[in-house]
Amino acid sequence: MNIEQQDFYTQAILSMAALIGLASFLMLGQGRLLRLIFVFALQGLLLTLTAALSAYSLDNHHLYISAGLTLVLKVMFIPWMLRRQVLAMHMNRDVEALENKTLVMLGGASLMVFSYYVLHPIVQSSSTIMVNALAVSLSVVLLGMLLMISHRQAVAHVVGFMSIENGLFFAAIVATNGMPMVVELGIAFDVLVAAVLFGIFFFHIRTSIDSLDVDRLNRLNEIDQ
Amino acid sequence: MIAAYVLLLVPFLGIAFFGLTGHRDDTGKVNIGLNTFSFLASIWLAVKVLNVGSLYSADQAFLIDSFNVYLIMLTAFVGLTTSIFSGPYMAHEKELGKLNDRRLKLYYSMYQGFMLAMYLVLTTNNMGVMWVAMEGATLATVLLVSLYRTPESIEAAWKYFILCGVGIAQALFGTILLYYAAVQIGDSEHALLWSVLYENADKLNPDILKIAFVFLLIGYGTKIGLVPLHNWLPDAHSEGPTPMSAVLSGLLLNDALYAVVRNKMLVDGATQNNSAGLLMMGFGLLSFLVAAVFLHRQKDIKRLFSYSSIEHMGIMTFAFGMGGPLATFAALLHMTVHSLTKSAIFVTVGHAAQVAGTQDIKKIRGLIKTQPKIGWGLLIGTVAIAGFPPFGVFTSEFLVLLATMHSYPWLAPVLLLGIGIAFAGLFRHIQPMVFGEQPEGQLPVKANLWPVFIHLGLVFWLGLAIPDFLANWFSQATLLISGSTPL
Repeated sequence: MNIEQQDFYTQAILSMAALIGLASFLMLGQGRLLRLIFVFALQGLLLTLTAALSAYSLDNHHLYISAGLTLVLKVMFIPWMLRRQVLAMHMNRDVEALENKTLVMLGGASLMVFSYYVLHPIVQSSSTIMVNALAVSLSVVLLGMLLMISHRQAVAHVVGFMSIENGLFFAAIVATNGMPMVVELGIAFDVLVAAVLFGIFFFHIRTSIDSLDVDRLNRLNEIDQ
Repeated sequence: MIAAYVLLLVPFLGIAFFGLTGHRDDTGKVNIGLNTFSFLASIWLAVKVLNVGSLYSADQAFLIDSFNVYLIMLTAFVGLTTSIFSGPYMAHEKELGKLNDRRLKLYYSMYQGFMLAMYLVLTTNNMGVMWVAMEGATLATVLLVSLYRTPESIEAAWKYFILCGVGIAQALFGTILLYYAAVQIGDSEHALLWSVLYENADKLNPDILKIAFVFLLIGYGTKIGLVPLHNWLPDAHSEGPTPMSAVLSGLLLNDALYAVVRNKMLVDGATQNNSAGLLMMGFGLLSFLVAAVFLHRQKDIKRLFSYSSIEHMGIMTFAFGMGGPLATFAALLHMTVHSLTKSAIFVTVGHAAQVAGTQDIKKIRGLIKTQPKIGWGLLIGTVAIAGFPPFGVFTSEFLVLLATMHSYPWLAPVLLLGIGIAFAGLFRHIQPMVFGEQPEGQLPVKANLWPVFIHLGLVFWLGLAIPDFLANWFSQATLLISGSTPL
């Protein structure tokens, strides 16, 4: 089926899926922390728009609440907190040298293909929009993991962690029109607590190793020294 | 149903109380009081379920059936005995100057926070809320792992946070897929309720559920500590305060496995075969064997026993995966005896480490001479966990072996070999610690060891004879999970 033959809502959601996937790729190749945080906030904003659009088109009012929560948490609070950390540590001018940038980007592309492959069995029982949305959100989850693997700064790990949440939230909005309210609130609460805990951890890691480079957290292992 | 609300309300009030009042000298006793209250509520609940069968709350948000009620009681019991141990233990740590009042306040309120999350995982009927509570359990315990604020403990906590956080995100994706399959067949209001899903399991799309189960197993499997997702577990167990290791090993791992089994029941209903079970068997057997080998290489006493936890969780996952009434019965029994034994061991290990002033296996020597109670506790606990008769772990492992010989005879030698390797791995370390020459100047510590002996006594009793009401209970749970009874 051609994309022009779909209704407006479907087209809009598919474009949003593409943009959110693109934001994940942008984050993956980003060596500067402040820009990384900016792109993350942008992804949050796209997510907010998707939720609002979905709420409006499907006349599903509780999604407005989800959109509001996303806006406050993922576009404002978490980026603000991370930005403050980066500025406090004077890391805003550092450029993290990513090893094997090309390989990481190629890996990201293959993860996207892999996501489509994983969800292929459900093609028959679902509409195009569902399969695409689920595949994109799965790839956002996997790209978030790759981001955490390829970056060494704790701030980048938090961004990866939260972008995994973004991917999951996108799946929840598009594929199922949002989870039941109690679950959504619970998830938002968990994300909030996690964000606060990350803030506490930055402080602890900084006082213990005087840096936020998690490669230096290497005291515990199974190898004989 | 009131009992279930009481069960959830008590730890909630506990968090508020400890958070508001701060640390005082009697905080440990208040903690024991709260846990006693929860334990009484769990008994009340258990008696009710035993008499009238499954209970639902009015809005179906909570479900208590024969499967989760015994885990609730086990959770409350281990929570209670660990709190009895933790009072003097934490007081001693404070005397050593490792902790201050503010951290103890955090410790006690998060202890109750963890209990609340555990009860919520077990009682809820909503698969989404179950996920939220599971994540809540991570969040409650992550600051406790780093309670001592040493670089090692902060590293362990960070690893725990990141690995479990990312891991459990996979389970949320699985839950979303489950919900997606459910809204295709019915109303979305009740589509995440386990009881509704279970009734309509045969109508759910099997392809979607198969994919969902992979994510759910990886997600909750991270919390169970399945290899290769286990890296956080030995670190978190060895660096956190010992009472936390006891409840993490004895309760959190069980509850994560509980979540997997609940989901497996839905997937089995949809696929009408045991493909989900095969996945669990593979992961379980791998964890079991890898952990058994790793036991030999450990240098830290708490890491040693956390690998032993991975090994036992592997056996349980394997047994639940095999399905069938005998294997399921064995897995349920193994969950109980492992929790009891392992939390007892961690309590003893905590005191042993205080006696020796270190967790280094090489430096802990001659416990039986310095403080016979701790020495014997450690020895008996290890004998029990290694699966010697007449302890309960022997019974359950024997039943697992029996079920394996029945359904997959070619796996039985592998299982036996693993049990042998694990046994050797434990005893080569334990023997010198208990019987070796005691270093000079090693003094006994003030220890409260009767929780240990109650636990080990119960395990001993379960090994000799399972009381009728308990056997009946396990059979009912087995009937629910596998569709028939073993007896």
